[in-house]
Amino acid sequence: MQTPLLTYTLRLADNALVLGHRLSEWCGHGPMLEEDLALANMALDCIGQARNFYTYAGEIEGKGRSEDDLAYLRDCDAFRNILLVERPRGDFAFTILRQFLYAAFMHPYFERLSASKDERLAAIAAKTVKEMAYHLRHSAEWVIRLGDGTEESAARLQEALADLWPFTGEMFEVDETERALIEAGVAFDPAGIRPLWLDTVDRVFADALISRPGDGWMQTGGRRGEHSEHLGHLLADLQFMQRAYPGSTW
Amino acid sequence: MYAQALNTVTEVSKDDPAKLAAFQARIDAEEKIEPNDWMPEGYRKTLVRQISQHAHSEIVGMLPEGNWITRAPSLKRKAALLAKVQDEGGHGLYLYSAAETLGVSREELVDALHSGRAKYSSIFNYPTPSWADMGMIGWLVDGAAIMNQIPLCRTSFGPYARAMIRICKEESFHQRQGYEIVMTLARGTPAQKKMAQDSLNRWWWPALMMFGPSDSASQHSDQNMKWKIKRFSNDALRQKFIDATVPQGHFLGLTFPDPDLKFNEATGHWEHGEIDWAEFNRVVKGEGPCNRERIKARIKAHDEGAWVREAALAHAEKRAARKAAARIAAE
Repeated sequence: MQTPLLTYTLRLADNALVLGHRLSEWCGHGPMLEEDLALANMALDCIGQARNFYTYAGEIEGKGRSEDDLAYLRDCDAFRNILLVERPRGDFAFTILRQFLYAAFMHPYFERLSASKDERLAAIAAKTVKEMAYHLRHSAEWVIRLGDGTEESAARLQEALADLWPFTGEMFEVDETERALIEAGVAFDPAGIRPLWLDTVDRVFADALISRPGDGWMQTGGRRGEHSEHLGHLLADLQFMQRAYPGSTW
Repeated sequence: MYAQALNTVTEVSKDDPAKLAAFQARIDAEEKIEPNDWMPEGYRKTLVRQISQHAHSEIVGMLPEGNWITRAPSLKRKAALLAKVQDEGGHGLYLYSAAETLGVSREELVDALHSGRAKYSSIFNYPTPSWADMGMIGWLVDGAAIMNQIPLCRTSFGPYARAMIRICKEESFHQRQGYEIVMTLARGTPAQKKMAQDSLNRWWWPALMMFGPSDSASQHSDQNMKWKIKRFSNDALRQKFIDATVPQGHFLGLTFPDPDLKFNEATGHWEHGEIDWAEFNRVVKGEGPCNRERIKARIKAHDEGAWVREAALAHAEKRAARKAAARIAAE
């Protein structure tokens, strides 16, 4: 049985790892050299965040599991990331819009989490805030360029939005596990920043000349370990070496 | 990573003899030539070719290592590999910028790569089927690159020399990182040792070929030597690399796939067997294991990114037009 703090920390770690993996798939294949470097930067930030959260999760658990044990030796049903981050990378509009929707939430979220009563979470969050500020700025600029660019870029952005929007609801979910931590001042209630997130989204979308879909049905499940078909393929890729050569040092 | 000196023929100059003599005097005095300085057309062309080949090599070189980013065996290795491949992209970027100071655009250079007119280092036409290849590329390929590049930090063209100083610092870090990957494998399980040895067997000869044809077969580096674009011969650099690398391999308990490799006590150098120049020429010509797929991957990324670049341009134009309209309205 996982403690709430362990589950919570793993959720943060898994989000960062899975998103970092998706971003890293662009390396060497970006639409222009400058953007190739920027996507790699964001991937590196996410992987770094994952490492910090996994290391802490291993310590909370107290069974000697390392960051790599947690990343490489758990199956899909043990992963606690939101479904948004495991969607395949798609085209550049999909990738950059996902980054925007995620960063517009995670930036203020980590800002507030940096005041957590849990010192380690607070410290990791404080470091992460600076990175997410860059992700937010960079992705927002691109959302505007694509929306107010050509007919094709606007159509691709609109398509990506239709694909991604039903996956945004999960960011704001709170379950029993998290409720207890919120009350203890360890976690932060994501529902509290939904108005701020919507405001950021609306401001950027206004410049991008697109409008957000109405609040309808939302996908859910990742935070409970109920994943899409895509995570298994991602893990097959990610975990191949550790599974093929168990117990080796790399 | 790096393109070997491809020893392209330098055109005989038809420039004004007085200007040429003054130019040569500056080179002989070890002065740096800057973009706005007068330079012989042959010098400019040689540099555009060499710098752009080097830039292309960095960009194509992202592919064989990029192949392992999502499968790196630990998070630490993943982050290091991603950062390394990103560094290569950065090297490509400043080398394209250095080439642009000579009056060519990045678009023209990239187009030359995609159409097959420009070359890149042949080493990247070999595949990376195993994780050990990430170590081997760092240790051998970046190691060979450094031997070539350190003299380029003093090359006569200023922007190129300055770009190389920064690149060399990062490459030597990559080389140590690569050797450390190989060391970890060599000290690991039998399967890991085998992985390292198999990889060394595949990369050793291609790495030696990176220095280009042997001096006896190389027809034309005299002019490049005279202009101090190039400062050491292919064979001299290759020997330096072998002398540095063979003991490092033996230290790890690895063997080199060359039955004729032996230490000559009298000269203090490692002597190597015959390099298969027929293979080198085949791969340069396009008949390597990955030539077609490397270029296709670059073209695919470029083509699929076209709409993104067009959108960025269209947006910038719209913004500029709106600003101009607002200014006129205000006046």
